Amino acid sequence: MRWIWIDKFTAFEPRKSATAIKNVSLAEEHLHDLYPDFPIVPHSLIIEGMAQTAGILVGQANDFAEKVILAKISRATFHRLVRPGETLTFNARIDQMAEHGAATSGTVTVGEDLVAEMEIMFSHIDQNMSGMQFPEHNFVFTEQFASLLNSYKDSLKVLL
Amino acid sequence: MTRDEIYEKVKDVLVDALGVDDEDVTLDAKLRDDLGAESIDFLDIVFRLEKAFGIKIPRGEMFPEDIFTNPAYVKDGKVTPDGLAELKKRMPHVDLSALETDPDVNNIRFTVTTVINYIESKLNENK
Repeated sequence: MRWIWIDKFTAFEPRKSATAIKNVSLAEEHLHDLYPDFPIVPHSLIIEGMAQTAGILVGQANDFAEKVILAKISRATFHRLVRPGETLTFNARIDQMAEHGAATSGTVTVGEDLVAEMEIMFSHIDQNMSGMQFPEHNFVFTEQFASLLNSYKDSLKVLL
Repeated sequence: MTRDEIYEKVKDVLVDALGVDDEDVTLDAKLRDDLGAESIDFLDIVFRLEKAFGIKIPRGEMFPEDIFTNPAYVKDGKVTPDGLAELKKRMPHVDLSALETDPDVNNIRFTVTTVINYIESKLNENK
């Protein structure tokens, strides 16, 4: 299984905002783990989807030179459950950005319904306060994440 | 803005950033030891203070992070005389009295009062 919780970007404004969608399929194993006979998307994975949407937005802002790590979920409020067959839309925006990290916020919707609201902070771990060293290779933004953004760019070319 | 008004806003910021109760945010409360702030929380606090007071806080100006990672200033968990001089110069808002008697790096008391001192000087600077 690939640790990727968004299917594609549908909007991307560098250093400002991004929108991604995820189609929820009954075939996904994890839907069946929380409640027997009542498959739902776990809230933790909805947060992960938002973290991936916002994380790629923050990473792209510095051309993926920084290793962007989810550092803090400042707030996550959920309003409704998400069931198989539904499409999640993650709307993320950068609120504040500094040398050593960024603060983002956003909403998750299914159609017109508000599913969740979140504030997530990311750290540029090479700029951490303790001076800890990490490998030079950017292990955060792997080929999987790069291909998501590239396919969005490609889709624009097709549309244009 | 009066010092009390600054305190009220700082209190709101710390309650939101650290998930602590209003009454925990006393003037003497230490951000790390008493209010449980971890490294990312310091960036969160900086962002929230910038928004609340409409100011820009350059890296390392309020929290002396780069001093701790510089071996000339901190050696084996102790602040060197050069480090103390640097802290005094760059961090007039921090109470360094405990550090004068014992150079243990943990004696740098970063309290709610420290944040208020910093904001007050920053707002005066912008006048």
